[in-house]
Amino acid sequence: MTDVINTVPGMPQGASLESTEPKPTNSTEKYRNEFDVEINGTVGRPFVENAKMSSRNCDVFYGNKQAIFGVDLDIGNHEIIALIGPSGCGKSTYLRVLNRMNDTIQICKVTGQHTLDGEDIYDKKTDPVLLRARVGMVFQKPNPFPKSIYDNVAYGARLHGLASNRGELDDLVEASLIKAGLFKEVKDDLHKPGTGLSGGQQQRLCIARAIAVDPEVILMDEPTSALDPIATAIIEELMDELKSNYTIAIVTHSMQQAARVSQRTAYFHLGKLVEVNDTDKVFTNPEHKLTENYITGRFG
Amino acid sequence: MEIGQHISQRYNEELEDIRNKVLQMGGLVESQTEKAIKALLEHDQELAKEVSTSDQKVNQMEVEIDEDCTRVIARRQPTASDLRLVIAVVKVITDLERIGDEAEKIARYSKKLAKNPSVVDTHSELSHMSTLVLSILHDSLDAFARLDADEAVLILGRDTQINKEFDNLSRLLMTYMMEDPRHIKNALRVSWCARSLERIGDHAQNICEYVIYLVKGKDVRHTSLEHIRSKYFPQDNVDIIETISNDQSEV
Repeated sequence: MTDVINTVPGMPQGASLESTEPKPTNSTEKYRNEFDVEINGTVGRPFVENAKMSSRNCDVFYGNKQAIFGVDLDIGNHEIIALIGPSGCGKSTYLRVLNRMNDTIQICKVTGQHTLDGEDIYDKKTDPVLLRARVGMVFQKPNPFPKSIYDNVAYGARLHGLASNRGELDDLVEASLIKAGLFKEVKDDLHKPGTGLSGGQQQRLCIARAIAVDPEVILMDEPTSALDPIATAIIEELMDELKSNYTIAIVTHSMQQAARVSQRTAYFHLGKLVEVNDTDKVFTNPEHKLTENYITGRFG
Repeated sequence: MEIGQHISQRYNEELEDIRNKVLQMGGLVESQTEKAIKALLEHDQELAKEVSTSDQKVNQMEVEIDEDCTRVIARRQPTASDLRLVIAVVKVITDLERIGDEAEKIARYSKKLAKNPSVVDTHSELSHMSTLVLSILHDSLDAFARLDADEAVLILGRDTQINKEFDNLSRLLMTYMMEDPRHIKNALRVSWCARSLERIGDHAQNICEYVIYLVKGKDVRHTSLEHIRSKYFPQDNVDIIETISNDQSEV
């Protein structure tokens, strides 16, 4: 939805996802060091029965550099899935595939089948703006519009015509702020600028803005990496509450966060999806050596 | 599986340190058990006293290692194999401490037995049982030291032999007691020692279960031996069966 405008400053960051070393093009060419473990497809349980979104054979290229290699993944309905992995492993790129955020990057090419409730989201008939209303996004840095708190939340609703009169809009703004756990703190300051809030409040404002358009899926790209532990805890608590109504995919660099909030965890490595499993399993007994190395903080 | 290779060198050292302390504690407990058994079989009161005083050291080590583990959990939030290592260590040292307690009990009764020489002669039975217990204990600690789940699974089930010996010994003691009620006191003491030996065997088996948990990530407690072997060690099933049948033919 409207966040597209605000993502532009973040774009170069996305485009520079390229710590991927030159990969061997054929499998006979052995490129490995002591800790390198071959990745032969995804281990674990990438598919679920009640998939909300699913990707099959997803490849992403930036120019002629391939960022993601053949990812197959389902995101279950009303679940929180955490995408983890080292920088440049393609997890953010994959997240952006899910609401066609990569469309705005000229050199970016996405292939494979991607569906939301079984509908192809890369179909020519799909309107990306409407798609992004159904699949909302929250970014690493809180990015409220330079408008009042009220207008920040009301923006998307106005754009999509979700409220027919002022009263409905008021209710919608209030409900969204309550869901985002921010209403109590700002109810007397709704017409003050959103940029005047603290970082944690701003981030919750962005979440309120994302849920105001009643999305089905919320994508979160390191939503708490700029916040202190208390604001982080509040957002995590919020995610847990939102889970009953929304499907959430979160990219995080904090493994403890992934362990705390998610039901399933997907581990990406050098553009490949290495392992998807229940979070409990991933953090106690991961199947793949690379996952193990990453979450235990070993070389790999 | 290996303990090292964390990006944080300090973390490696902390885990390595914990593991070394457990091995040290294992060594201490093993020697305590050996000494207690020697004191029992040879009526050596001095040695028995030594065991009683050294038990304090075992207890101290348990507390110390427990603290180290708590600190690692708080500071490092270990995951996956590291987490399993810490959890396994916490459990292993509990069993080691209990083994230490049993050794101390054996030492205590052996002091009394040495003071009151008796006609109750169970030397050969006790000595046979002790050999079995010590070998299980030694092998369990060895499996832990080398993080060798294959060895650990071989040890599981070896306590059936100990249990048989214990039953035989109990029967023998009962005949002594029926013969002459004056034997009851000493017979009971011997019986308690045998019970302690049998418990040491059980604790050693628990250690093997933690080794399997640590290496394979599977909790095999309260699971039948056949199930463990067929499910988690299918490839060595044949070897294991061969080894067992060899063992039995030797016996």
